[in-house]
Amino acid sequence: MSENSTSRKQFLAALVTAGLAVTGCSTKKENPFEGVSGEGGPTGKKVKLLSVDGEIVEMDSSCLKPVPDIPPVSNDRERVGIDGKKFVMVIDLARCKAVKNCQKMCNAAHQMHSGQNWIHVYPMKESENGAPFWQPTNCMHCDAPPCVKVCPVDATFKREDGIVLIDNTRCVGCRFCMAACPYSARIFNWNKPEITEEEACKPYSCESSTPQRLGTVGKCDFCPDMYRQNKLPHCVTGCPNGVYFFGDLNEDSVTNGAESFRFSDLIKDKAGYRLMEELGTKPSVYYLPPVNRNFPFEKGLPTSEKS
Amino acid sequence: MPRPFDKLGIMWLTVLVLVCCLGLFAYIQQLRLGLCVTSLRDYASWGIYISNFVFFVAISLVGSLITAVLRLAGAHWCTPITRIAEIIAVSAISFAGLIIIVDMGRPERFYNLFIHGRLQSPIIWDVLVISTYLIISCLLLYLPLLPDLKILIARTKHDPEKRILHKMYCFMGSFWTGSPLQEKLVNRGINILCITIVPVAFSIHTVTSWLFATTYRAGWDSSNFGAYFISGAFLVGSGAVMVATYVFRHIYHLEDYITHVHFDKLGRIVVMLAGLYGYFNVNEYLVPAFKMKKPEEEFLLSLFVGDFSGIFWFAIITGMVIPIIILVTPWGRKPFPAFVAGVMVVVGAWIKRYLIVTPTLLSPFLPMHDVPESFKHYVPSWAEWSIAFGSLAGALLIITIFARLFPIIPIHETIHEAHEKNTEHH
Repeated sequence: MSENSTSRKQFLAALVTAGLAVTGCSTKKENPFEGVSGEGGPTGKKVKLLSVDGEIVEMDSSCLKPVPDIPPVSNDRERVGIDGKKFVMVIDLARCKAVKNCQKMCNAAHQMHSGQNWIHVYPMKESENGAPFWQPTNCMHCDAPPCVKVCPVDATFKREDGIVLIDNTRCVGCRFCMAACPYSARIFNWNKPEITEEEACKPYSCESSTPQRLGTVGKCDFCPDMYRQNKLPHCVTGCPNGVYFFGDLNEDSVTNGAESFRFSDLIKDKAGYRLMEELGTKPSVYYLPPVNRNFPFEKGLPTSEKS
Repeated sequence: MPRPFDKLGIMWLTVLVLVCCLGLFAYIQQLRLGLCVTSLRDYASWGIYISNFVFFVAISLVGSLITAVLRLAGAHWCTPITRIAEIIAVSAISFAGLIIIVDMGRPERFYNLFIHGRLQSPIIWDVLVISTYLIISCLLLYLPLLPDLKILIARTKHDPEKRILHKMYCFMGSFWTGSPLQEKLVNRGINILCITIVPVAFSIHTVTSWLFATTYRAGWDSSNFGAYFISGAFLVGSGAVMVATYVFRHIYHLEDYITHVHFDKLGRIVVMLAGLYGYFNVNEYLVPAFKMKKPEEEFLLSLFVGDFSGIFWFAIITGMVIPIIILVTPWGRKPFPAFVAGVMVVVGAWIKRYLIVTPTLLSPFLPMHDVPESFKHYVPSWAEWSIAFGSLAGALLIITIFARLFPIIPIHETIHEAHEKNTEHH
């Protein structure tokens, strides 16, 4: 029992260090417990650490090894979601000039086929005399998701933290969810994914949606894998203009990395709205109207189309 | 009576087998490379596979119309064509099941429907009702066959060439003695099946319509859809029976049993059903067109005057208008013109199913953008055509082989009824 608890302490200590100090210092796949028993001998250099009980402990630095990967989350836990969270996104249309870096970062992170995107940046115009604007659209992570309703095998599901995910090890590829989604957010792996053998062999995770699999459906996953690493989704960090805000409804806060807002204030002040409210899908993505825009619409057009 | 294929029969069989093989080859390609061998893409994600599926489900409904509805209504004239209707139903519904597997991106995970199935999905409802319908249809084909099997067993007993056939007939029906008790049981069984098949038949096509109507899409989001699909299904089914009846009458020289009366009555039924289907079409297209709501507008215009207008008007005129004009006259209800009208109904119906499935997907709520140009259109690929025609050929193959092995008109029942009719006359 005592042996168990010490190894638990060491494990947690190692985890904490990895999170605090040594992140990214080594990408080599190493066993975090290797060397704990003194491989290479103590260096004499002591490091102060905070234990789970709130005590400050001192350890020899040779006992600390970086954790190569965040331990994988089981499929069952991926299906439940992150405890106590309700993720939301706010997209500020006034800031978008269709740089499409969000798209690029998202595609690279999710092994997308060339030509297919989870994020579409639409040139929109509400009416004939209305003003044109750019509207980035990803999965709305609806609270009443039509795709989840129609899935025959529970391959697409709604989690407690509000995220709608796809399990590509279960999807049968019937594409009913694509027909059901009014936002055209879903794409299909018609071809074999363009990935290396090594990437294809990695364990599948619903949260990272990788490795992609032939004959299954894909869509924006709100990057819960990034959240577990305390990072923002790829589109949020990729956008140079701070269009995307990501956050937690329970904490009532959203951030684009540079600025943070109280979610309710932002929506109240800027008259935020959701797409196709009349369908009753209850999206988790909010839009701020394209007023007082940072860029003229034409900025986003390819050079050939600019007049 | 079944008889060996003649020269024409062999040719027909060869063509069917070749088309099936082509379809099989295309499917193997698809299994190897994935659905990229089709022209399906993210917007038009359902194409002629799904429209073919809807077509098969539709045409299979005729089994219940001819065998059950008309039987329960006491229309004895239809007895000689019940078996034709029932074998069409069985082969069509089997291929409906197959084609839905062909459309799946991961067919090898089909078992997930049973281990992870969720009752809230209309696909699961479809799996349930289609398998139920298949079983009832097979029973409705088999039970009336029992007395005929007895005749066949007696006929093939002393013919050494027909030993295998004889064995098969014995396996299927040697327990049948024709005792009053057995007769009573079978008749009761058929009656129960006839009653149960009506709600099941309505369910299969209503649920199939719900695969579309449970979504928000323009052209599918309609409370009219169940009734619209069922009326269309009865129409194409009756058209198909008219065609098959003509062909069998011609090839097996059944003029004594299948008479002008049958074509006359079937013709009247088709006129009524075409009118009914036309009525639902008016509701389905003209009412939304009156309002021209934004999402509907693009969809309706693509049908009326846009990309799909050619085949849309072709389907309406060939599938409904001309058959009504032909069959409304007594001359048109003679066998040959009725056959032509039947073919038109079936062809029109096949195209109509395509028009129900794909144009809607190409009129999404958000404009088609940020995709390659090829994603914005849909022209079926060779693999899709091969598989679609392969499945149609497969369905015809089942019917052809069935007619080779079993009497295509129920001998026992027809004689029995002719007998009853005679005694009434005297």
